[in-house]
Amino acid sequence: MNDVHLITITVNGRPSEVAVEARRTLADVLRHDLGYTGTHVGCEHGICGACTVILDGEPVRSCLIFGVQADDATVETVEGLAGDDGLDALQESFSEQHALQCGFCTPGFLMLATALLRANPEPTDDEIRDAVASNLCRCTGYQPILAAVRQAADRAASPDTAGSEGNGWGVWEPHVDVPREAEQPGGQ
Amino acid sequence: MTGGVEARAPAGERRWIGRSLSRVEDHRHLTGGGSFVDDIAIPGLLHLAFARSPHAAARIEAIDAEEARATPGVEAVLTAEDLSALQRFVPMLNRPDFVPVETPLLARDRVRHVGEPVALVVASTPHAAEDGAERVRVTYERTDAVASIDAALAEGSPAVHDDAPDNLLLDAVFKDDPEIDGVLDGAALVVEATFRSSRVTAVPMEARACLAEWDGRTERCRLHSSTQVPHIVRTSVAGLLGLPEHRLRVIAPDVGGGFGQKCVVAREEVLTCIAAQAVGRPVKWVADRQENLVADFQGHEQRYEVRAGFTEEGVLLALDAQVLTDVGAYSNHPFTCGVEPLMAAAELLGPYTVRHYRCRTRAVATHKTPMAPYRGVARPQLVLVMEGLMQRAARRLGIEQSEVRARNLIPDDAFPYTTAAGLRIDRGSYGESLARCVDALDLDAFRERQAAARREGRLLGLGLSCFGERTGYGTEAFEQRKMAMTPGYDIAQLALDPTGGITLSVGTASHGQSHETTLAQIAAEALGVHPTVIDVRQGDTDQSPYGWGTFASRSMVVSGGATRKASLRLADRLKHLASHLLEAAPEDLELRDGAVVVRGSPSHSVTLADIGRIAYLEIHRLPAGEEPGVEARATFDPPGTFSNATHGCIVEIDPDTGAVAFDRYVVVEDCGVMINPMVVEGQVRGGVAQGIAAALYERVVYSDDGQPLTTSLMDYLVPTASEIPPVEILHLETPSEHSETGAKGMGEGGTMGAPACVVSAVNDALAHLDIELDGLPILPEQVLTAIQRARA
Repeated sequence: MNDVHLITITVNGRPSEVAVEARRTLADVLRHDLGYTGTHVGCEHGICGACTVILDGEPVRSCLIFGVQADDATVETVEGLAGDDGLDALQESFSEQHALQCGFCTPGFLMLATALLRANPEPTDDEIRDAVASNLCRCTGYQPILAAVRQAADRAASPDTAGSEGNGWGVWEPHVDVPREAEQPGGQ
Repeated sequence: MTGGVEARAPAGERRWIGRSLSRVEDHRHLTGGGSFVDDIAIPGLLHLAFARSPHAAARIEAIDAEEARATPGVEAVLTAEDLSALQRFVPMLNRPDFVPVETPLLARDRVRHVGEPVALVVASTPHAAEDGAERVRVTYERTDAVASIDAALAEGSPAVHDDAPDNLLLDAVFKDDPEIDGVLDGAALVVEATFRSSRVTAVPMEARACLAEWDGRTERCRLHSSTQVPHIVRTSVAGLLGLPEHRLRVIAPDVGGGFGQKCVVAREEVLTCIAAQAVGRPVKWVADRQENLVADFQGHEQRYEVRAGFTEEGVLLALDAQVLTDVGAYSNHPFTCGVEPLMAAAELLGPYTVRHYRCRTRAVATHKTPMAPYRGVARPQLVLVMEGLMQRAARRLGIEQSEVRARNLIPDDAFPYTTAAGLRIDRGSYGESLARCVDALDLDAFRERQAAARREGRLLGLGLSCFGERTGYGTEAFEQRKMAMTPGYDIAQLALDPTGGITLSVGTASHGQSHETTLAQIAAEALGVHPTVIDVRQGDTDQSPYGWGTFASRSMVVSGGATRKASLRLADRLKHLASHLLEAAPEDLELRDGAVVVRGSPSHSVTLADIGRIAYLEIHRLPAGEEPGVEARATFDPPGTFSNATHGCIVEIDPDTGAVAFDRYVVVEDCGVMINPMVVEGQVRGGVAQGIAAALYERVVYSDDGQPLTTSLMDYLVPTASEIPPVEILHLETPSEHSETGAKGMGEGGTMGAPACVVSAVNDALAHLDIELDGLPILPEQVLTAIQRARA
């Protein structure tokens, strides 16, 4: 229990030294030792993926990696996505497509999709679905998450299609397959 | 009812209501800036873990906490002995047919379900607390457990509670039409069937969590809790602690989903406060997923034994129902274990015009985790029953299933319609939504496709479900249920600040439903300002007016109604103040673009920022006697209003594996005026996903001796993006006469309609094999077995 190790870990470009009990997970280290609480822990057994971060370029469940395994590693978390000029394309797409409701699983999906789009900038719909199926969301029914990743990939492929107002209050276009019909049956 | 004139204006004339604004909530969640309970770090924080019962039923002979206390890092261990001074936690329903039972905060002499808390351990780290909890030595003497409805009702079975020797915590004859037996005897077709729904659990991605601290300076307790109902938690926890309520502040920060599981008060919320008081330091407890799956509230385990009489034309004449609900070991507070049984009895008939009704409904205690409201609350099950009856009648009478439904739905000229159960249903688009859904799926073309597929050995099916969704339950609805507290109304408070910013404080507590955006849209509509001007405050009992939180699809109707009423009052106050400054009569003024403007003379105006500054900082500029400040407050307590929808889907069953795959899923929904269509569609999609989960994947499994077998997300199958299909959504709009904005609630409809729709489609695919499945979930092996039996 007092088996403590000193590790060096670089999170979002910032190196830190942390004394870590051997049994603490990477999620513990990020959240509680370093204060990157954007990474959420949803199951602690590697199923839900809420704790997904990018470790040396690969998406991992930070609940399944011990902190000591991340010695000398480079980690990217949700806190590192937005740049000085605001949200990145994926974050904007998540908002525009209503791909988040309670927001708890969102950082995991963002990191998962970030890694996907780096490895495969022009994924097919099936490839997006395969990747997104790694994680669990209980609010959205997934379709908006798929749409958000699709949109971010498409915008990266043809940047001039980006149309976000970027103010957090942009008007969202419903992505229904059947046109909306506002009627008042039965008279009114 | 007072109508929201602006809100009811045709869609094109509404400024903010009806627009799919992206959410003000999003930025913090997208950047890792959300603050959930476990994200809160404060100096001196200690951590709490529970020692929980490994047995479903046992007597506690002894508890030895010495080894736990000696564990490195452990600061304190508490057992029931340490809680003797506290009030008893006894959820109440004021009905003679209800048996109140105590929920011990920590088990005393008996445990009644696996996961029941027996001791709590406070330590310097979460790991040390868990080490300590493992070392609490409890000597149990196991006793026989009842882990199913049948086991609990069997002759001579052990009683979960001494006060309920027959294991019935509620046994109510809800309605007993004296003519029903005669009507059933004379019916052309009588369908007898039993419908079952497995126990499921909400699995919010954030499990329950609490952080309690006692402030020595103010002698107050502050409880952060992942809850849907901060004020109910305050009232209940303060009551149990024997505190005046003003000495307890409850804060629900960002909450990672609830779905009903967090709309009841949990023992852990009280115990975390007690632990913090005992050790004199802040204490945090965060449930892990196993605790969430084993020990947190579950639901939907129901059985309906029904007898239904139809005419030859498929018109449903009479329904005789026996409803049994496995409520687990204890009642929940404040809804009690009556929530599912009573909902079932009151709302079983749905949107169908059956006139003869009898229903006996029972809450059966078992040695399982307690039940609480879970999205839908008995309605996914009762929709399954009614749609199953419609489908059976269609099959037996040789009528297309959509036609049988059409013949039984409330006709357009019959609103408001009072059901045989006494429920008053306001205007909806029941027939229209069914017709649209059938059109969208192109039923006739599908029947041809289905026949052709069958000739190739492929199994295609089309499913439908029609339902009304009662929302915005007011005080009256909860009084009729005989609840001890009646969480019907809500309050909204608005204040303009000296810079023109507007704060809207409400008693509801959004945890994914987007109220920071949608309530601002409602206020902005009435106040003629951009929604970003309005800052919505919720989830903090020190900042919000007393309110009942967010559950039962109530917030947009109740809190939205209060918001609109308060906004109109604030508008009047603004006009009154502006009338001094503009030297114009208030009735000649209107609010537009952040200013009060003289109608027809736009250059004569005063901005809200100017009014704010003057009303607070330069009150001398107003006539003597004018009160400073710009505030308004309103309450709203609606009678309830029904959304409606028809779900339709087309599935294909793999005859070799029994797996069900979706070809299409269509929802035609009518929730009245949509405040934000994007958010409405998000609720529909998420609800459908949970409904499909209950239809095909999820079930909490217990062994015969009450051991939970689905204790991880490897056993309890929450579906992923691979399983959930795209949902096509069509909107109809029948504005509610019972809400201030014309909106109806709609947070649960997706979950209510989807299970019945999927079952209907599976049965349609297997109709030629004479297969009728009637339980949830439908697992591949059941489909396969049914096919093999049919072909044998």
